[in-house]
Amino acid sequence: MKAYFGRRYLLSASHRLHTAAFTAEQNRAAYGKCNNEHGHGHNYVVEVLVGGAVDAETGMVMDLVKLDETVRARVLDRFDHANLNLDPLFADRVPTTENFCKAIFALLRDALPLGELEHVRVEETENNYFECSLGG
Amino acid sequence: MVFLTRRAVFSASHYYWNEFWTAEKNRQVFGRCANRNGHGHNYTLEVTVAGEPDPVTGFVVDLKWLKDVMEREVLAAYDHKHMNLDAPEFACVIPTTENIAIAAWKRLEPAITAAGGARLSRIRVYETPDIFAEYRGPHEQVFVRGVKDRGEA
Repeated sequence: MKAYFGRRYLLSASHRLHTAAFTAEQNRAAYGKCNNEHGHGHNYVVEVLVGGAVDAETGMVMDLVKLDETVRARVLDRFDHANLNLDPLFADRVPTTENFCKAIFALLRDALPLGELEHVRVEETENNYFECSLGG
Repeated sequence: MVFLTRRAVFSASHYYWNEFWTAEKNRQVFGRCANRNGHGHNYTLEVTVAGEPDPVTGFVVDLKWLKDVMEREVLAAYDHKHMNLDAPEFACVIPTTENIAIAAWKRLEPAITAAGGARLSRIRVYETPDIFAEYRGPHEQVFVRGVKDRGEA
């Protein structure tokens, strides 16, 4: 029997949407105010959903403390209060929240038992969010 | 196919305890949740049904009907109750958020299926705004059983 366990985490980071492939004008046209030269920031909400069998002894899909430790070590310690553009992951990728979501999904997928990570949702503001899932 | 979700809130107490373990192991695995005097939450129950809108009413299901089903089948059993002591399904099953989601499915699914039309698609139970469990029905099986983080405690 499969069930899912979800947890939401908060991290604050800055970024600038800008690509060397575009001219300054093209960057402004594509990214608007997100192209501001000195960047800007968000309080991101990272929702992590893991799926698996409900352990017969504990009644749990996954120990919340272990999930917290994994997310802290792989994601929060790395990105919270950081400039995403300066992270090596974004050396050749624009730190859009789509790419940020994909990066977090890959970091957690590799740290969790095979097949357990169901989806990662990153909310950039209260009004927009992005999701990456196992099949995607 | 349209998915329709209705929320309801209930307040209940519970504790985590495995009778086959020592007190020490229960405290080690479940931490503060192992306090035998219990503690409580304001839970949010999210029920998602799936179906096609009725050609006459435009409804997937009547929301008032769904509210009544949720109140009769789940809230009457859980709201302002002690899950371990008042709900028979938790006499021998630990009322973790995961198990509450599964139990809510079992309580709701027969009534929703019997009504015809929409089918139950998903149950979400929020223990706090930042912690939730989800169940999508018994048809979903675990295709890769993760073992790395299990059974060590």
